[in-house]
Amino acid sequence: MIHLVQLAQQLDQVFVLAKHWLLGYVPAGVQPLCSAVLSVLSVILVFPLLFAIVTWIERKGLGRMQNRYGPNRVGPCGILQPIADGVKSLTKEDIVPITADHAVHFLAPVLLVSASFMDYAVLPIGRNMVIVNLNAGVLFFFAVGSLMELAVFMAGWSSRSKYTLLGAMRAIAQMISYEVPLVLASIVVIMQAGSLSTVAIVNRQATYTGIWPHWFVFTPWGFAGFVLFMIAATAESNRSPFDLPEGESEIIAGYYTEYSGFKFALFFMGEYIGMFATSGMAITLFLGGWSAPLSFLTWIPSYFWFFAKLLTLIAVFIWVRGTLPRLRMDQLMNLAWEFILPMTLLNIITAGVWYYMPTGSIRWFVCSCMVIVPCILLSRGLKQKKRFQVRTYHFTQ
Amino acid sequence: MILAVLTVAGMASAMGLRNAVHCVLALTLGFTGVAALYLQLDAQFVGLAQIMVYVGAVAILIVFVIMMTHRSEPAAPPNFISLWTVGSVVAAAVFAVLAWAICCSAASTQGLPPQPGVTVQQIGDALMHRFLLPLEIMGLLLTAALIGAVVIAMGHKEDMK
Repeated sequence: MIHLVQLAQQLDQVFVLAKHWLLGYVPAGVQPLCSAVLSVLSVILVFPLLFAIVTWIERKGLGRMQNRYGPNRVGPCGILQPIADGVKSLTKEDIVPITADHAVHFLAPVLLVSASFMDYAVLPIGRNMVIVNLNAGVLFFFAVGSLMELAVFMAGWSSRSKYTLLGAMRAIAQMISYEVPLVLASIVVIMQAGSLSTVAIVNRQATYTGIWPHWFVFTPWGFAGFVLFMIAATAESNRSPFDLPEGESEIIAGYYTEYSGFKFALFFMGEYIGMFATSGMAITLFLGGWSAPLSFLTWIPSYFWFFAKLLTLIAVFIWVRGTLPRLRMDQLMNLAWEFILPMTLLNIITAGVWYYMPTGSIRWFVCSCMVIVPCILLSRGLKQKKRFQVRTYHFTQ
Repeated sequence: MILAVLTVAGMASAMGLRNAVHCVLALTLGFTGVAALYLQLDAQFVGLAQIMVYVGAVAILIVFVIMMTHRSEPAAPPNFISLWTVGSVVAAAVFAVLAWAICCSAASTQGLPPQPGVTVQQIGDALMHRFLLPLEIMGLLLTAALIGAVVIAMGHKEDMK
């Protein structure tokens, strides 16, 4: 029995032990540098691979939701489609408009991809598996995420085209508007955990009462915060239903219209990697990071749980993309400033009330009311001018 | 040293480049350099807040302003030969005064005190206890600015009807 427990623990730490073993072959002076390089290399290898798999999952999933097959030519069930896409993007001609600003046009995808990858430095992917345990980890995450907006502007403006400039302005307005609720929704977690360090936040959630975990999503303010965070994350990554700045039927491709070939692939990858990073942060803040959902499942390695939760969230993103229609720009901004932002502020008050009330069922009831009642009232109040009804189409006879 | 060179180069090119958006991007580079200097001095919160606020918000704001008031060609450079010499003399004088002030200050003559390890918790405590009044006044100021912006935009929208 103890032998099995030890085996489970070693399996859990297998990547950490492998890294220490590899570092043993390197002279002591160079070890910190090599350690950093190995961690970064593993992130750079794993997450683009996940990106390739997710593009396949997305196209098949969206296809099935739209009552068609997804890609099914290139290999069994189209599984080699990402490789075909990669080869295509590498071999396409790199067209740069002659009036474009070449330096900025070149640097925009570079900045986007660098900012997206830097986000992973503070995500704890497993027990003891974080690249850098910063004291202000969550702040670092949001600070680097705001670099992506600058990259979007650079892309849109440098192409010197109407569609790109319009798309870039819309995209930055959207990203800035939704950055405020994103940060506010994560403040509740910081309040409860008492620390900005992602490792400390996950460690707070990795305990169990009975078989139920102490994840923050299982509290009223945590659940509301999680939902608000996910909505803001969908808007930050310019994903449907918030993808007006890059919707094909609206504005060609928005800020990356004039990019072809590998730079387009870099943009695509940068957006998805950013989406994974924000999902990873949602998992760290609300869903308990690498901890198992039930206390008797802790023998399964921690990184397995992280990736399982990440894939679940990605599946939810794809599901939402296939289901909801695109929001118009003013509807999008109204949602951010009139609904999501007040809800996040009320959520902060609710979390404060939760912290100071004595534990028991009374605080569950009070805090649930404090979250649900304003949500219903606010949505009713904002909806009063509009009537939602089934559209009937009259075609000429 | 590298970071200082990067920051100064960024800020200098922000003033020297012709194209307005290039200037903004160079300014952003300078901001990032300052943030990196903060991080090198172990001021994690200030450094990361500098990136989040300056690069993420202020630079974007400047960019919006430039895009709204965009002129199709960059303006021709004015004839500034005579201003060059006066400007460089003034800049050198300011630099000399600052350098003299720093060299004669207590920090360089007596040596630095041991570095306090400032955590975010200490900053939060200070904000909530010692600096509560400035915090509330800043909140009031920001709210007034927000309301002012909304009033100006609303007035403009009614004008357009």
